[in-house]
Amino acid sequence: MNTSHFFVTGDPMIYGADASIVLVTLAIVFYLSYFKKWGWLWREWITTVDHKKIGIMYLLASLIMLFRGGVDAILMRLQLAIPNNHFLPSEHYNEIFTTHGTIMILFMAMPFMFALFNMVVPLQIGARDVAFPMLNAVSFWLFFIGAMLFNISFVIGGSADAGWLSYPPLSENQFSPGPGQNFWIWGIQISGIGSLATGINFIVTILKMRTPSMRLREMPLFSWSVLSASIAILGVFPILTGTLLMLTIDRLLGGHFFTMDAGGNPMMYVNFIWMWGHPEVYIVVLPAFGVYSEIVATFSRKRIFGYSSMVFSMIAISVVSYYTWAHHFFTMGAGADVNIVFAVCTMIIAIPTGVKVFNWLFTMFRGRIRVTQPMLWFYAFVPTFLVGGATGVMLAAAPADYQYHNSYFLIAHFHQVLIGGVVFGYLAGLYYWWPKLFGFKLNDRLGKWAFWLWQIGFYVCFMPQYALGFMGMTRRMYTYNQTMGWDMGWAPLNFISTIGAFLMGICFIFQAWQIIYSIKHGERDVTGDAWDGRTLEWSIPSPPPVYNFAILPTAKGRDTWWYQKQEMKQDGYKKEPVTFEAIHMPKNTGIPFIMAIFWFIAGFGFTFQWNWMGIIGLIGVAGTLFARSFQYDTDYWITAEEVEQTEKALGRL
Amino acid sequence: MRKWIQTAKFSILALFGMVLLAGCDNSKYIVLNPKGPVGHEELRLIIISVILCAVIIIPVLGIFVYITIRFRDKEGNKAPYQPEWADSKVLEIIWWGIPIVIIAILGVFTAKTTLNLTKPPVQNVKPIVVQVTSMDWKWMFTYPDKKIATVNYAEIPAGVPVQFILTSDAPMNSFWVPQLGGQEYTMPGMSMGLWLQADKVGTYFGAGANFTGKGFAHMQFKVKAVSQADFNKWADSVKKGSPVLTKAGYTKLEKPSLEKELSFSSYPNGLFENIVNKNGGKYYHHMSNMGDGSSMSGMDMKK
Repeated sequence: MNTSHFFVTGDPMIYGADASIVLVTLAIVFYLSYFKKWGWLWREWITTVDHKKIGIMYLLASLIMLFRGGVDAILMRLQLAIPNNHFLPSEHYNEIFTTHGTIMILFMAMPFMFALFNMVVPLQIGARDVAFPMLNAVSFWLFFIGAMLFNISFVIGGSADAGWLSYPPLSENQFSPGPGQNFWIWGIQISGIGSLATGINFIVTILKMRTPSMRLREMPLFSWSVLSASIAILGVFPILTGTLLMLTIDRLLGGHFFTMDAGGNPMMYVNFIWMWGHPEVYIVVLPAFGVYSEIVATFSRKRIFGYSSMVFSMIAISVVSYYTWAHHFFTMGAGADVNIVFAVCTMIIAIPTGVKVFNWLFTMFRGRIRVTQPMLWFYAFVPTFLVGGATGVMLAAAPADYQYHNSYFLIAHFHQVLIGGVVFGYLAGLYYWWPKLFGFKLNDRLGKWAFWLWQIGFYVCFMPQYALGFMGMTRRMYTYNQTMGWDMGWAPLNFISTIGAFLMGICFIFQAWQIIYSIKHGERDVTGDAWDGRTLEWSIPSPPPVYNFAILPTAKGRDTWWYQKQEMKQDGYKKEPVTFEAIHMPKNTGIPFIMAIFWFIAGFGFTFQWNWMGIIGLIGVAGTLFARSFQYDTDYWITAEEVEQTEKALGRL
Repeated sequence: MRKWIQTAKFSILALFGMVLLAGCDNSKYIVLNPKGPVGHEELRLIIISVILCAVIIIPVLGIFVYITIRFRDKEGNKAPYQPEWADSKVLEIIWWGIPIVIIAILGVFTAKTTLNLTKPPVQNVKPIVVQVTSMDWKWMFTYPDKKIATVNYAEIPAGVPVQFILTSDAPMNSFWVPQLGGQEYTMPGMSMGLWLQADKVGTYFGAGANFTGKGFAHMQFKVKAVSQADFNKWADSVKKGSPVLTKAGYTKLEKPSLEKELSFSSYPNGLFENIVNKNGGKYYHHMSNMGDGSSMSGMDMKK
C-alpha cells in the first residue's frame, strides 16, 4: 500500500469534507472539555447498558446516517439533472451510489429499526431491560464502529464503488483493487455481527422477559413484529457473515470462491447475498408494520382488527421471505421452472401483506380516528405502499421483469416500498414514541411542513423514475448523452426527479429543526400517556425511570393499559396499595466500547492489508472477551426505598 | 386541516400535470412500444398485471378515503363506534380470498409466459444465431454462420427469430434491447440463450443493464433490423470491406476501453467458445449453449 494514496486527494468536495470533519471533531472536543462533560459522556452513554439510552444512541446515529445518505442522493440527482453533466466523474458517482445504498439499508434503516426495538420492546412487554444488556451494548458499538469504518473511506483510502451488494467479479481484486472494497466488507461484517446479536437478544427478551402474566398471544403487535423480524435476522445474517468472509478470503488471501478464473463462481455470491438480502428488506419492513398496528389502534380508539391474522401474516412473511431471493436475478438465465417457483413465492408474499392493509382499514372502521402526527405517516404509507406493492407484484411476474430489471422502474419500486413502508413507518414510530422517551411531543406545525414536503418531494422524485424505466434508462449510469436526454426523453423527467430530491432534502432540515425547536418548546407530557395509549409502555412515566416498572405490571389480555384506564375511571375504583421491592439491575461496563475499538483496529488493518494491525485488533477483541468473563461485579440492586423515592418524585404515589 | 387537504389536492394535480407534460410523447416509452413478438408477449403480461393490481388497489383506496371521512373523531359524528368489534370470520375470509385469487390468476399467466419465452417466437422460420460478448466497456457480436464480427452494433434480419447467445469477458452485464424484448445477463464462464425477434425494420436502442464499473454508462449499442436481402448484402460488404479481427486484435480489444461501432470480416476460430471456457466455462459444461452446433456437451437450458 502506497501511503501517498492514504488520503483521498484531488476533489474539492473531499477537501471540504476533510475540513468539516476536522472542525466538527474539534468543536465536539472543545465542548466536552470546556463544559467538563467527558466523565458524563463516559458514565451516562458510552458505558451504558440501559436499553433506552442505547435506543437513543441508535436513533441519533441513524439520523446522522440518514443525513449522509441523503446528501449522497442529492449529489447523484444533481449529476443526473441534465444530460452530459460534468459535476461528478464516473468514479466518484460510482462511489456515491454504492455508499448511498449501503448506508441507507445497513447504517440507516437497520439502526433506526434497532432504535425502535430498544426504545419500545422492553417497555411494551413489561420488562426492566433486555435479556442480555451487555450484549446489547456490544451490538450497538459494533454497529457504530462498523458504520464509522465504512464512512471514513471517503476521505481515507477511497470508497467502495461496486454497488451496494458488490457483485463479484467486479468486486474482486482484479477489477476493484485498493482498500475501498475492503472498507465495505469490514464495515458491514463488523456491524453485521452486532445485528445478529441484537436479533438473538430480542428473541430471548420477548420469549423470556415478558411480565409473567403476559401471554404470547396477547402480546402487542409491535413486539410480535420484532419477534418475527428477529427470527428472520437469526436465519439470514449468518449467511451474510459467511458470504463476506468468502469474499474476504478471495481478496485478502487469494482465494477463488467468486473469481472469474481458477474455478470461482460469481453466480454463487449472487445467490448467497440475496439469500440474506431479500429477507433483509422484510426484516426492516416488518417492524414498520408493527408500528402501524400500534398507531392505527391507538388513534382509532379501537382494538386492532383480526389480531390472529395479523400475527399469522407477519410470521408468514418472515418465513416465505426465505424463498424469494432468486427474483433478484430472473434474468440470469435460470430455467423457466426456477423462475416460475420464485415468481409465485414472491407474489405469495403480497397476500399476507394485503391482508394487513385490510385489517388496518377495518380497525379504523367503526372507530374514532384522530389524525395526529404519527397517524399522518400512516396516511402517507397506505397509498404509497399499495402502489409500491403493486409494482412489486408487477416485478414478480418473471417475464415482465425481463423488461424492468435494473431499469429505473426497479429503482422507483424499491424506493417506494422502502420509503413508503420503512421510512414512513419508522418516522411514525419516532413521532409516536418520542414523548415516551423524552417526555415531550415534537412540534406539530413544523412536523406538518416536513410531512407535506416529504410527500410532495417523494412523488415528484420517484414517479418520473417509473416512466424513465419504461424509456429504457438503466440504473447506475453516471451520465447520459444528449440523444438519450432529449430524443429519448430522459432529460425532462430526470430534472423533475432532481427537484423532488431537493424537496425531500428540505424536509430533513425541517425535521432536524423540529427536534431542536421541540427540545425547548415542545408540548410537555406529564401523564406518561401522551396519546391515550393502549399498551403497557404508556402506563409508566415519560421518560421512564431507569428500572422502567417499579412493580412488574399485571397483563390482563390485550391492550391491558386501555382496560385498566377504564377500570380506573369507574366509580369506587380504589388503587391497590403497593409495596416496593428491591430491583436487580445490570451495571454499566466499558468493555463493549473497548471491544468495538479493537474491532475498528482489526477492520482498518485488514482493509489496508496491514495484517499485523488486523491481528493486533483481533487479539484485542479476544482480550476483552477474556476480561469480561472474569468480571464478577456486573450487577447491583436498587433498594425499595430508592424506588419509592423515585416514584414519589415522578408523582406516581 | 382543510388548508392541508387543499395543499395536497393542488400538489397531486401539479404532479400529474408535470408528468403528463414531460411524457406526452407516447413513442418515448419504448418498453410499452415493442416491435417484436417477445416484447409484445411481455407487454401483454405487464398489462395483465397492472389490471389485476388495479382491481384490488383502487377499491381499497376508495374504502380508505370513505372510512377516514366517516369515522373521524369530531363532535357530533353519528357514525357507529364499536371499540370492541375486532373480529369477523366472514370479512377475514373475504380478504384472504381476494388476493389469493388474484395471485393465482397472475401466477398462471406468469408461468405460461415464462415457458413461452424459452421457445423461438415463430416456429416456421429458420432462426439465426448471434453470439454476444460483453466487455469492459463495449459489446462484441459474432455471427457464427457468417464468421463476421461487430462491436457496439448488431444487424439482424427482420421477421427472423434470433437466438442471442450471451457471455461476458468482464464483470457480468445484462443485454437489453427494450423494443425487441426483455434482457438476460451476460456472465463470465456461461453462455446463455435469449430469443428475440424484430417484426419491423428499424434501429433499436440497446443497453447494458448491469453495472460493470467506470465506463458502464457508455455501454449502449444499436440493433439494426433490416430485410433479409439487406442483411445478406450487409454481411457480404463486411466480409469484403472490413479488417480482420486477429488474436492480437482481440487481446487489444479486450482491454478496458470505449469503442465506436466497428466491423470485422473474420475472427479467430472458436473465439466465443474460448472466451466462455477461459472464464470458467470449462468447469460447468452444463451451462453452455454455444448456439453454433459446435456445442459443448450437456444440456441446453433454453431448449
